[in-house]
Amino acid sequence: MSFSLSSLRRLDRRWIFLTVGLLVVVPLVTGFHIAPVLPGSRAKGFYDAVEHVPPGSTVLLAGDYDPGTIAENYPMHLAAVRHLMSRNIKIIAVELYPGGPPLADRVFHIAGEEFHKRERIDYVNLGFKSGNEVVMSQMGSSIPVTFPADRSGVPVGQIPVMKGIENFGQIALLVSISAGYPGTKEWVQQVVSRYHLPMVAGVTAVSAPEYYPYLQAGQLQGLLGGMAGAAEYEVLVGHPALATRGMDAQSLAHIFIAFMILLGNLAALPQRSSAGRK
Amino acid sequence: MKREVPLLISMAAGLFVLIGFFVPHPAIRTGYDKIQQWVIIVVAFTYVLGMANVLRLNVEQIRRRSRDWPYKVALVAGIVATMAVGFSEGTRYLDDNTGFSWIYNNMYSAMSSTMFSLLAFFIASAAFRAFRVRTVEALLLAVAAFILMLGRVPIGALIHPVLPQAADWLMEIPQNAAKRGILMGAALGVMATGFRIILGIERTYGSDSGA
Repeated sequence: MSFSLSSLRRLDRRWIFLTVGLLVVVPLVTGFHIAPVLPGSRAKGFYDAVEHVPPGSTVLLAGDYDPGTIAENYPMHLAAVRHLMSRNIKIIAVELYPGGPPLADRVFHIAGEEFHKRERIDYVNLGFKSGNEVVMSQMGSSIPVTFPADRSGVPVGQIPVMKGIENFGQIALLVSISAGYPGTKEWVQQVVSRYHLPMVAGVTAVSAPEYYPYLQAGQLQGLLGGMAGAAEYEVLVGHPALATRGMDAQSLAHIFIAFMILLGNLAALPQRSSAGRK
Repeated sequence: MKREVPLLISMAAGLFVLIGFFVPHPAIRTGYDKIQQWVIIVVAFTYVLGMANVLRLNVEQIRRRSRDWPYKVALVAGIVATMAVGFSEGTRYLDDNTGFSWIYNNMYSAMSSTMFSLLAFFIASAAFRAFRVRTVEALLLAVAAFILMLGRVPIGALIHPVLPQAADWLMEIPQNAAKRGILMGAALGVMATGFRIILGIERTYGSDSGA
């Protein structure tokens, strides 16, 4: 037994890589289903906040991420836009990551076709602006001054969805899809604390714990953490898509990592007991 | 004078922005907004500066044939090619079916996603090789990790219905308490640093070390 356990320590890590690869790829390719996704209270908070926005109102959608976190942020971004468009809510999108605007365009293109929404009439992508927190703060004074034109260069004065929009006073809800800095934390600090704007956020799983204090304090009304949060929201919206499909792969990967921790400690047992004898 | 003038500018700007944050009166607000617009423009120029710095450092290392220089060739070639394609397409560079969009969708997007996905492989390997339960604290960490990893995914509820509830409790009570403490400590630190800059005690932004 001792020999077999210590031989585990020499396990080639390429076997681990291969197993992880198979556990992730096979569920995605075959589409087999392990367990249903059950929405939690944080995803319900996100969903309810959008449900409470009256149709015809305008929402600010901050897509602060780039392709590095597309697996987690993109599904929640798409689900949020589908939900907003299904309720006939107008969307003004901004991005504080230079790589973000094409992803917002892609989301609008997909959801816009599904719900027959027209660019600049029902939604607009104002694009990227450098300056991080200063951009958020400046938007509190004037959104048209901060973003004088949309992503394609059309002046905001000629964009119907921007008509009557001056600052956060005309925004019903702030939806932040965030990968880190600048993102959800800065929107809370610069906008929610000053302008008392209702806000919900979708963030990467690794950063989600950072936002729990804001959620508990009521500064965030809902929170989607990683792909699991996105999957829960997709179920609530009634449009299971990318994240829901990915949850079976993530379930298996989590079980495998837990198993690896156990196996690694079992493999270290003979070494530890011999060190204890010395 | 070389020390005092920047110090006075910093103090005045810091105080003005601090007041502007809390006072919405138009007399303050106009100047406050103007300063913010300047900051946005200055930050935009730092992108140009950053790009120039990356090119300067890497071209120099390629010239000296320093370690891993072929990778630096790929980096410089990537930057130059992307910029050339973007500039050649003028204001149309954001449209669908442009060369710039092709680079974004088929190279930048794919490579960035790949880097992120590698985490899964390395976490699994590190879990096997590095996560050793040698102390009570490590045991607590391992138990918390097991509960969270299983309770956060749909299969957790199938294994045991208590797992998702236990994961929620861990996140909302002990984790939240620790995170709140860290946030408050960090906020106090930021406030102290801000006041040190405004009062001229902290001068590391100047040409000297500020001692």
